[in-house]
Amino acid sequence: MWATELPPFVPFFIAAVLALLTRGNVRNAIMLIAPVLGGLHLLTVPEGAHLQLAFLGYELVPYRVDKLSLIFGFAFHIAAFIAILYALHVRDTVQQLAGLLYAGSALGAVFAGDLLTLFVFWELLALTSVFLVWARRTTRSYYAGLRYLIIQVLSGVVLLVGILFHASATGSLDFAQIGTGSVAGWLILFAFGVKCAFPFLHNWLTDAYPEATPTGTVFLSAFTTKVAVYCLARAYPGTELLVYVGATMACFPIFFAVIENDLRRVLAYSLINQVGFMVVGIGIGTALSINGAVSHAFNDIIFKGLLFMSMGAVLHMTGRINGSDLGGLYKTMPRTTIFCIIGAASISAFPLFSGFVSKSMVMSAAIEEGYDWIWLMLLFASAGVFHHAGIKIPYFAFFAHDSGIRVSDPPLNMQLAMFIAAVLCVTIGVYPSVLYGLLPYDTGYSPYDATHVLAQTQLLFFSALAFVWLNLRGMYPPELRSTNLDVEWVYRRLCPTLLRGVFARMGSIGALNSAFVDRIALLSPVLARQLGPQGFLASTHPVGSMVKWVTILLAVYLILSFV
Amino acid sequence: MLANLSIHFPVLQVVVPLMAAPACLLLRQRGLAWGFAVLAMLVAFAISVALLYQVIAGGAISYALGGWEAPWGIEYRVDLLNAPLLMLVSGISAIALLAARTSIENEIPADRHTMFYIAWLLCTAGLLGILSTGDAFNVFVFLEISSLSAYTLIALGKDRRALWASYQYLIAGTIGATFILIGIGLMYVMTGTLNMADLAQRLPEVSSSRTVFTAFAFFMVGVCLKLALFPLHLWLPNAYAFAPSVVTAFLAATATKVAVYVLLRFVFSVFGYEFSFSHLPLQEILLVLGLLGIFAASIVAIYQTNLKRLLAYSSVAQIGYLILGISFANETGVMATLLHMLNHGLMKGALFLSLAAVVYRLGIAQLDQMHGLASRMPWTMAAFLIGGLSLIGVPLTVGFVSKWYLVSAALENGWWPVAALILIGSLLSVIYIWKIIEVAYFKPVSATTPDVQEAPLGLLLPMWMLVLANLYFGINTELTVGVSQLAAASLFGGAP
Repeated sequence: MWATELPPFVPFFIAAVLALLTRGNVRNAIMLIAPVLGGLHLLTVPEGAHLQLAFLGYELVPYRVDKLSLIFGFAFHIAAFIAILYALHVRDTVQQLAGLLYAGSALGAVFAGDLLTLFVFWELLALTSVFLVWARRTTRSYYAGLRYLIIQVLSGVVLLVGILFHASATGSLDFAQIGTGSVAGWLILFAFGVKCAFPFLHNWLTDAYPEATPTGTVFLSAFTTKVAVYCLARAYPGTELLVYVGATMACFPIFFAVIENDLRRVLAYSLINQVGFMVVGIGIGTALSINGAVSHAFNDIIFKGLLFMSMGAVLHMTGRINGSDLGGLYKTMPRTTIFCIIGAASISAFPLFSGFVSKSMVMSAAIEEGYDWIWLMLLFASAGVFHHAGIKIPYFAFFAHDSGIRVSDPPLNMQLAMFIAAVLCVTIGVYPSVLYGLLPYDTGYSPYDATHVLAQTQLLFFSALAFVWLNLRGMYPPELRSTNLDVEWVYRRLCPTLLRGVFARMGSIGALNSAFVDRIALLSPVLARQLGPQGFLASTHPVGSMVKWVTILLAVYLILSFV
Repeated sequence: MLANLSIHFPVLQVVVPLMAAPACLLLRQRGLAWGFAVLAMLVAFAISVALLYQVIAGGAISYALGGWEAPWGIEYRVDLLNAPLLMLVSGISAIALLAARTSIENEIPADRHTMFYIAWLLCTAGLLGILSTGDAFNVFVFLEISSLSAYTLIALGKDRRALWASYQYLIAGTIGATFILIGIGLMYVMTGTLNMADLAQRLPEVSSSRTVFTAFAFFMVGVCLKLALFPLHLWLPNAYAFAPSVVTAFLAATATKVAVYVLLRFVFSVFGYEFSFSHLPLQEILLVLGLLGIFAASIVAIYQTNLKRLLAYSSVAQIGYLILGISFANETGVMATLLHMLNHGLMKGALFLSLAAVVYRLGIAQLDQMHGLASRMPWTMAAFLIGGLSLIGVPLTVGFVSKWYLVSAALENGWWPVAALILIGSLLSVIYIWKIIEVAYFKPVSATTPDVQEAPLGLLLPMWMLVLANLYFGINTELTVGVSQLAAASLFGGAP
């Protein structure tokens, strides 16, 4: 369509500039056309390095295409289109530009053939996405965004340090298998881990995503973590540590998701849970498991997007998002209810829905490689995800006790976006070969064998039974916990780990408001006395003290050179 | 004609601004004086560009002043080390001078404008002289020319404290210059020569004598005072904060860099690497002082509310990075220092010019008056933002390139903790830059924000020239990195 050398992020950045200069329908058209053209163009691009240039004596490959980057490229184009369509009614230039730039940065990152380009887009991802949080324009979202930004930028700095070490050790910036054989490898893994929401590094996600705008969260859920998954799949396939990290990620958010009241925060936890499956797949490292991880990322982008969209629609129409405030919405939001249920069925991996065809690959690979315990943990996680995302989300939002809220379905563009995502969920579930054709490896895998379908159906059935029983007995947590803050308090009590403490401290340093100085002064009165505007180091000194230092330094020089 | 003239470029580089200064006095009328001064600086800049390309193509140029051959006469010597700096100083001086006409309208009484331009030209001539001369005593002479005119420029600041800051700087600068003179005198006593190349040959014969040790000590302390190495930086924050805004932009971008050049020239070329790094633990001293400077000054900067003062402390921190590069005592380290000298000149120039625009409209660059200023002065604050990103070291800006090589040099020595500290230092700069960005971009316009317009073109154009240079040299690093690499290699290759 256009020159092959043009990296996929360029159309998005150009669209962002054009969108800045236009208004109304023209802007809408430009924003919608960018991902469509980009995605169609991607179909024609052959594999290989399409752009190379020299910088600081290293060879940079800002645009490299192979099967792994292509599937993420397609997923991101689809996600960008759906999210832009979903946000089409929003009349907020900041959000629209940030969304385009953010999607473009994600594409830049997955098509980066060298680490330096990756680093640039890594930081751009953080810088562009934070505006989607800030665009909510509340104090809470401002500070959540700031904490988010600081953690993301720090992960970029760690990545840069790792890259520097890696470059000085290997003399190359090529973005390929890195492994944990060196300090550089660990640093880069840590940086990826922050963006991938590894346990204890995940706070930014559950903190910031629920604070973003209804449309912003749809963008956020698609890109940042998936870029990290892509990077792990590229640089750390077969790293055994990832199996255990991933299994932990799949399991621990379930407990928090079950007791959480803010339904978008529930989804944020289930996002970590789903990424856990992908990380396990990458850790196992066989062709089947990598395929599973990648295809699950592809599906997750769509069904998690769909769920966030349905909850965004609820928030948009009612202005509320706490499970305890909602209920009975199915009467007046029938279409949103159906879309939400399709998303819920997909994330729960019902047979004939998209989650099933990809999650089963990771599970099968775990069993094949002898990770029995991991398999059991994943099974538990599957049950858990059905519990909190598959049942809880639609149940509390659309059914449960009638809240008396009577709002209609959301604007047409939101419905259309949800419709497309829902169609994709079902299509991929019914015809998995559409997705399997894009995968990096050819394994001839078929998800629909009797044992797997049966096992999954049984699991879902009993999980549903547990929910019904708990609910009937009045033991289901959200009925007990009425406010969000309460849960936060429990959560903070549950894991007051060192790392969390560090992040909290960083959060407060990062919360640079106009009372910045006071804040630091409270943190460290001694430091402030010494360094503040009236402090020792900053005060203006009489000439004498300058002379004193000159004398001291001269004496030091002389003594050191004579002895 | 031009070919004949080009032989004299090394001296014309200094003579053009030096002679333009008294010519301005004759012109009297301030608009004319400004036009003439700009013209002179543009000529000087063109000469420096020509010199750089001559040096890259044909190696070092030696010019005997008045036809008297060195070591009897005074030699002017332009090589890979000083040619890029000549370009930086003349370039920044020209660009800042372009902005000066608008900027000083509100800051300096009209009857002093002509004097201002004269002092400016003299200061530039002094700095260019320090760079291009190959004679140790000449360094002192030009140092005094540049310093005396700098004191004048600072004292012209609108705040009455400018006078006092200038006085402080005068005392400190004079002590520094005296120490340098004592050092040069002792060298002369021991060797009987003042020519740098000659000194480099003769010093090794007497290098074990205490007189030479003392000469080195005095010289080092003097230079460190001039380049504001922590803890000898005490004169700098006030001088930068109270000087007229364009003067701050000019001095911050050039004066300390020239002092660092003198340090490099004497440590590596005149005394020689062997002597400088073996007879006393220079590496450790510079490392410790550099790191202390980075952290102490950055943390102090975080607490400042006057932006000129904030950036002044940031300059002290950046000088720490320069010194750190030297302390690595390897080729990459020195190269990183050279590169950062150029790059820091570009970023501080851009930052202080954008502050000059803020001061032009607001009368003062105080944080609590800048709430939501980005909506009133979008171009100025965008320039500040890009300059700030460059200062932090974000990719695609010059700051990233210098940080990259600085960290590489630390890793080359195996000093991992130092590399980590450099990056932590960058995070401190994120904090103080963010503090400003947050107020200007994210705070709503409040009652304390004066109702102002965007700065006039006379300020915006020079400011954006430097901003674009920050981006251009951050992406196309061929010239800056290439020249720094060659210059660092020549410093480690032997005599100048």
